[in-house]
Amino acid sequence: MVLLYRIHAGDPMHELTITESILEIALRHSQSRRITDLHLAIGQLSSIIDDSVQFYWDIISQGTLAEGARLHFRRIPTEMVCQECNRRYAPSGGDLACPDCSSPRVKVVAGDEFMLESIEVEN
Amino acid sequence: MPERIPVIEKIMSANDQLAADNRRKLDEAGIIGLNLMASPGAGKTSLIEQTIRKLSGKLRLAVIDGDIATNIDADRAAAAGARAVQINTGGECHLDAVMLHNALPQLGLDDPLENEPIDLLIVENVGNLVCPASFQLGTHKSVLIASVPEGDDKPYKYPGMYRGVDALVINKIDLLPYVTFNMDYFRRGVEILNPGVVTFPLSCRTGEGLEAWLEWVTAQTQDRSKETHLSPGLKPRG
Repeated sequence: MVLLYRIHAGDPMHELTITESILEIALRHSQSRRITDLHLAIGQLSSIIDDSVQFYWDIISQGTLAEGARLHFRRIPTEMVCQECNRRYAPSGGDLACPDCSSPRVKVVAGDEFMLESIEVEN
Repeated sequence: MPERIPVIEKIMSANDQLAADNRRKLDEAGIIGLNLMASPGAGKTSLIEQTIRKLSGKLRLAVIDGDIATNIDADRAAAAGARAVQINTGGECHLDAVMLHNALPQLGLDDPLENEPIDLLIVENVGNLVCPASFQLGTHKSVLIASVPEGDDKPYKYPGMYRGVDALVINKIDLLPYVTFNMDYFRRGVEILNPGVVTFPLSCRTGEGLEAWLEWVTAQTQDRSKETHLSPGLKPRG
């Protein structure tokens, strides 16, 4: 038995879903005032493209209290800690292993973030 | 003067909440859910077919297939003997919690008299090594299939995907003599991103190595303790 279930056509990237989510959160916190700026924190490891979010934002914010609001992206660099020697470092290139002792036992401590930190509203 | 309002809210929170609701629905129905992710052509559907064939009679299986278009995959799962639902995302590059939420009722869980209960639900995500990692579905475990012809550098190139999974299948090992694939280099990348993750080198074509995978799957359904936290795929961002 096969059931075919169609969602909807035409969303080319997940940035649209994400941008809708940003708008929803911002409006919920806006206290019904006009939003002028949004401050987003995006970790380097998050697969989010600023330009795509901006592109969708310009379209979907139209006709809302956030229309024309500026998006500010704070990129948070990846930071890792070696579980062997406790060295804290920013990985460079594709190799994430510890630059000191070459251990592969490492942990991501920053770079995963993806949140709306604050908004600015008119009085 | 504009006023600044602190928000500090995860962008994915709406999806995450719905994922938690999906998890509740699965738990209530006594179903263990697996989120199966891989690049296109890695062998997701082949592994599902083998799993259905080998475990039918022992487990009652259902499959929810996510693809941009066609119901080829759900047809294959149904032909192998599982209850199958196809989701066509119409362009979306991943499944999200909303899509699973809308597809779950189609398994007929609310009608236990009409439909046999299900032990294991395999959700076959859209073939993609990037986006599916960002969207929790509410399944209990996430599984990644890597395949030998893809190359040994994939953990380094797609860290987000390799970091979040609970199990890693390395498919098409029968091709190892014919392609350049340094297993040590591959495993080192995996170890950095996901220390100690359980791996299953196997070949869906020859059947080599399948036994260990089938044992792991069966063990998941027997672990009725069902941790309440969402599987790391899936690690909440931020």
